[in-house]
Amino acid sequence: MMKSLTIDAAKCTGCLQCELACSFEHEGVFNPAKSRVKVFVLHDTGRYIPYTCTQCSDAWCASVCPVEAIESDRETGVKRVIDSRCVGCKVCTIACPFGTINYNAASGKVVKCDLCGGEPACADACPTGAITFVDAEWTGYGRMKAWAGRTDTAAQAQG
Amino acid sequence: MSWTRKLLRVDLDARTCGAEPLNMEWAERYIGQRGLASKYLSEEVDPKVDPLSPANKLIFATGPLTGTAASTGGRYSVVTKGPLTGTIACSNSGGFFGAELKFAGWDMIIFEGRSEEPLYLCIENDRAQLLPAAELWGRSVWETEALIRKRHGDPQLRIASIGRAGETGCLFAGVVNDLHRAAGRTGVGAVMGAKNLKAVAVRGTLGVKVADPKAFMAAVAEGKAKLATNPVTSQGLPTYGTQVLVNVINEAGAFPTRNGRDVQFEGARRISAEAMHEKRPTDGKPNLLRNGACFGCTIACGRISQIDRGHFSVKDKPRYWEPSGGLEYEAAWALGAATGVDDLEALTYVNYLCNEHGMDPITLGATIGAAMELYEIGAIPANETGGLKLTFGSAEALCKAAELCGTGEGFGREIALGSKRLCEKYGHPDLSMTVKGQEFPAYDPRGIQGIGLEYATSNRGACHVRGYTISSEILATPVKTDPLVTEGKAELCKAFQDATAVVDSAGICLFSTFAWGIPDIAPQIEAACGGKWPVERLIETGERIWNLERKFNLAAGFSAKDDTLPKRILKEAAKTGPAKGKVNRLHEMLPEYYKARGWTADGIPSNRTLERLAL
Repeated sequence: MMKSLTIDAAKCTGCLQCELACSFEHEGVFNPAKSRVKVFVLHDTGRYIPYTCTQCSDAWCASVCPVEAIESDRETGVKRVIDSRCVGCKVCTIACPFGTINYNAASGKVVKCDLCGGEPACADACPTGAITFVDAEWTGYGRMKAWAGRTDTAAQAQG
Repeated sequence: MSWTRKLLRVDLDARTCGAEPLNMEWAERYIGQRGLASKYLSEEVDPKVDPLSPANKLIFATGPLTGTAASTGGRYSVVTKGPLTGTIACSNSGGFFGAELKFAGWDMIIFEGRSEEPLYLCIENDRAQLLPAAELWGRSVWETEALIRKRHGDPQLRIASIGRAGETGCLFAGVVNDLHRAAGRTGVGAVMGAKNLKAVAVRGTLGVKVADPKAFMAAVAEGKAKLATNPVTSQGLPTYGTQVLVNVINEAGAFPTRNGRDVQFEGARRISAEAMHEKRPTDGKPNLLRNGACFGCTIACGRISQIDRGHFSVKDKPRYWEPSGGLEYEAAWALGAATGVDDLEALTYVNYLCNEHGMDPITLGATIGAAMELYEIGAIPANETGGLKLTFGSAEALCKAAELCGTGEGFGREIALGSKRLCEKYGHPDLSMTVKGQEFPAYDPRGIQGIGLEYATSNRGACHVRGYTISSEILATPVKTDPLVTEGKAELCKAFQDATAVVDSAGICLFSTFAWGIPDIAPQIEAACGGKWPVERLIETGERIWNLERKFNLAAGFSAKDDTLPKRILKEAAKTGPAKGKVNRLHEMLPEYYKARGWTADGIPSNRTLERLAL
């Protein structure tokens, strides 16, 4: 089964455990600056919103890469950067509409979420279930179920 | 290991910044943050120094767990000699600033001297520079954060700053970071202001490493699992915040009301956590918007509130309409019960003012409460307040007094000196609910005996977060003790004080200890720091830190006679509730406490104690 990270911003508290887990998994260091997932705090509306790469099927970053450094895994859907090919031209960072692929000055390559090889550390670290790793074809399952409960008007009328 | 092993020394006279290796011998004996910064202060500053003079130093310090994935590991402390009390001062804050400082590669910053003109420090990893702050001076904390980010074109800078309270010499000015997290107590912001230092801005991209990553992640996962299953840290605090305590403490008859005249507040329910969840009749929305976390914290007790736009306090003031840091238990009590005000929206507004101008809401509320009592008994003549009618229960008076204090204007200048100086000036020193010059927090020692001993002996003046005996006396953690009994409280108080020094010095939040004991924290420290950190070593370290702080205060001129409580608490019995007819029996506990600490009958650490702790 192909799985996706799915984000429920309403559950996020902005604790950054996801960013810590991500940087630790990839860089061996606690360092939000090197995290592939990022939590945004929108003070004016009091919201916390985690965001990362959604592994597009037809990915802008891969399409635009001049050296074919972004490889697609057919089975998992992951778009992975092949470091040995990446020349750090950053064209992918311009092409990606979502800003989820970024340049890392230390390595001279671009970095993006690679789903940690199938066990995303961010989802594992999230204390509230704001980030989960679920069936890619059923990312809406939880919300659908919650809404389905509200459509049973007969039960509501009785209750 | 998870210290960066580097400190930044900033000379404000010479305008220089220099890196120094961290004294690792001291780090092994004082851990970091509160403990280690207190050691540096003790070694470098004469305890008799005037706190607001250039000879005092101001230390921003992180702990070894700050910036790691250890839950709640985002704390830093500001340590200095405090202007409110004259004791050693240490004020602890969450948010994101502390972790960022660590990510930039610094365990600590030591500020020395005094700049001729306003400056701010900007740190980008190894690069630290002092920059002119002329156009920031006079600005609020909120404006300062926005302006610095704009100037540097970097929205990811984390900033700790003082507002106008710190600039104008308010003796309980705090240092505020991330808009509404604060090193709030003891007046550390006044020291910063006296040094003409407006802000510290940090961007760090170097990260934090730990000694044994595998063991560390295992210990962290275990710690997180405990927090996720403990009812207080998994449900109580996220849902209700610390505010959950209002009704609990009020029912215990230990909710100091109207400057301690009463121990129960008839308006408690209206300012409680439950009230924050209820829809307002005015606009159909609740005061509480949501909860939010500090760095790395899996509890997330922070309150994000939104005031009713039609409320008199914020009408025509759109800057208070957006969501911002809401009421915590201490602020709700001090701004509410201590002043007799039960208007939740007014309290939320004044809480915003505290964040905006950088003031400690505990001392602010308690001082306004004292001013109200002085006013009501006629000690403050009506013509001295500039028309301000300081009567108990007046939300208008509370808001106006807080505004004036925040900006250092009119009668606000009197409030800004704290209740001890205010009550002395107007001839009623006994009406100041303080120990060593710092105001009580939200627990009345007549209804909870052990916390009275804690206030009397706390090294930074009256304080609940130096030894939170409430955990045991009210919340039954880790064991239940009777709040009205004095027996055993000396040992209880000492145990909480020593353990708290460890928690603070590690760089984690005290609230983790609703679920964690030192045995839960020890494996996290050990895996992060390397070496052996068994529970016994940590507890002894906590005791060492406590005695180090005590030594500083003794050298500053304090003695056993200062380990006391206001007359009202020792002589005037509680009028209602479970503690009706009772006063605090400090005299039964204090000698026991000195004995438990290995101090003389005069409260001086014995030579044997000092030798045992290698002090």
